[in-house]
Amino acid sequence: MIEVRDLHKAFGSVKAVDGVGFTARDGEITGLLGPNGAGKTTTLRMLYTLMAPDRGQVLVDGIDAAADPLAVRRTLGVLPDARGLYKRLTARENIEYFARLHGLDEATLRSRHEALVDALEMRDILDRRTEGFSQGQRVKTAIARALIHDPRNVILDEPTNGLDVMATRGLRRFMQQLRDEGRCVLFSSHIMQEVAALCDRIVVIAHGRVVADETPDALRAQTGETNLEDAFVKIIGSEEGLAA
Amino acid sequence: MSAATSKVRRAGAVLTVFLKEVRENLRDRRTLTGAFLTGPLLGPLLFVLLINVQVNRELDKADQPLHVPVIGAQYAPHLVDALKQGGIVPEPAVADPGAAVRQQDADAVLRIAADYGAAWRKGEPVQVELFYDSSRRDTGSAVERLGKLVENYARQQGAMRLVARGLAPGTAWPVQVARRDQATPQSRAVLMFAMLPYFFVITLFLGGMYLAIDLTAGERERQSLEPLFANPVARWKILVGKLAAICVFSLASLAITLLAFAVVGRFIPAAKLGMELDLGWHFAGTVLLLMLPLVLLLASLQTLVAAFAKSYREAQTYLSLLMMVPLIPSLVLSFLPVKAQAWMYAVPLLGQNLGIMQQLRGDGVSGEQFALCLAGTLVAALFAVGVTAQLYRSEKLAISG
Repeated sequence: MIEVRDLHKAFGSVKAVDGVGFTARDGEITGLLGPNGAGKTTTLRMLYTLMAPDRGQVLVDGIDAAADPLAVRRTLGVLPDARGLYKRLTARENIEYFARLHGLDEATLRSRHEALVDALEMRDILDRRTEGFSQGQRVKTAIARALIHDPRNVILDEPTNGLDVMATRGLRRFMQQLRDEGRCVLFSSHIMQEVAALCDRIVVIAHGRVVADETPDALRAQTGETNLEDAFVKIIGSEEGLAA
Repeated sequence: MSAATSKVRRAGAVLTVFLKEVRENLRDRRTLTGAFLTGPLLGPLLFVLLINVQVNRELDKADQPLHVPVIGAQYAPHLVDALKQGGIVPEPAVADPGAAVRQQDADAVLRIAADYGAAWRKGEPVQVELFYDSSRRDTGSAVERLGKLVENYARQQGAMRLVARGLAPGTAWPVQVARRDQATPQSRAVLMFAMLPYFFVITLFLGGMYLAIDLTAGERERQSLEPLFANPVARWKILVGKLAAICVFSLASLAITLLAFAVVGRFIPAAKLGMELDLGWHFAGTVLLLMLPLVLLLASLQTLVAAFAKSYREAQTYLSLLMMVPLIPSLVLSFLPVKAQAWMYAVPLLGQNLGIMQQLRGDGVSGEQFALCLAGTLVAALFAVGVTAQLYRSEKLAISG
């Protein structure tokens, strides 16, 4: 479970995150929806302790991120906005590198590796160097690398960015599988359709603030719109930066 | 978790980063050729070529007959004979001796005046003109040789005249300089090899440079630093693993250079110049030991600079500028030879420079000098590592774009 309380982060005079708070529960997919530049990536970066908040608190499975960042990172699987594979290493070597950084023993590494390779359907690309991978192959490798230590909590920053329809569908199935395994899945997106199709709970961010935190049904009811797209536009106050 | 497993884990993360960086960079052809081929081998080869050319030129000049146009040779057959015995081959006269020298038609021209014979018979001093161009440095030894031959002839004839008048030849030369050259064969070599320490430092620098850029600026540019930092590993451990990889590459580079120097050292005709040059195992070991802390210092400086740069290209530019810094002590020492003070050994780069030259001179490096050199550079290296670690903790480091 990930609990975020009143996060603030400013870069110079720009308030990127200005009081964000929400809870992402185990066994649920929580979507962080907002237009480009709303503060989604900065919020996520504070969750996985890449950045320290100016104010506020992050708790992952009850552990304070400011007090014990290493313990928090141990319970998190993170697909950052920057995928950054090592192109001179094969997909398998990329995954094993992160497994060893997590201190996994060989037996755990093998079994976990096998499970992920099957779930992500990436056996055919395992022993190729990642240079020249398609966007979809890159995301698969990056996700396998991020989840190799079997984390309870999964953070995915715009996971379907740049993927084609088939790859997107595969990834959605995979995220549902993660939820069904009882994990806490938190992902960000600026695509409404995707959030609507996947999420148990939607947190809408605009201008660095949470403007809604509801189930999809409650959102429709709250805004009085039957169409989620119209509901979002009403909440955010403009159509700018959103994609259908 | 017990203390033992936690220790294993800590060493494990550093080792994991180290092994991955080494493996990844062993697959990069540019890094490999730079660190293990062109960097360490070009130096020794270039060195040997230059020295061979220089040595052979000196030797050629000393042994070979020297062709000199002589104007008015017929007025002084005796002098010309003496010159011939000294290895001079008189050439036919030239019309304009000044132009001949300036236009490099001749290294030097000798002009004997028409009244030479008459003056000689009267026992009056006569003048022999030697034309040369001192701005043509390559003719220096030829001119000096010719001048000496003429002077020796004059001295010899003068002595014979004194003897003929019943005087001791020494009368005309009341004071004589007796030169006592204290240069040893090794110390003569030092003059020629003053740039050797710089070669070694540059090799270290080049050996680690591509890695240093790739592991920080490169990783950031390829956006892989952010996922890496999301792992439960303290950043200083990641830094230590990366520094270790850079150090290993630059050390390997230095070892190859030393090996190459040891091999090609045999082909340097040092003995022909009255020099003794020992580039063997003892020398290699001393250099390696002196350089050890410098390896860490350079690796962390390179990482520091690369971490400041916004891109791979920018890092490359900064590092080529940084490469000029090790040149300073070599240049200073070759143009302003100073007597080495103890504290100088504690200055990074300068200490290594002094130590290597001393070893080359055959004096050996004393224990105290070793200790000063190693300690001074190590302190600087640890300071650089500390600053780099601080920079590694910054939030901005991981974020590209």
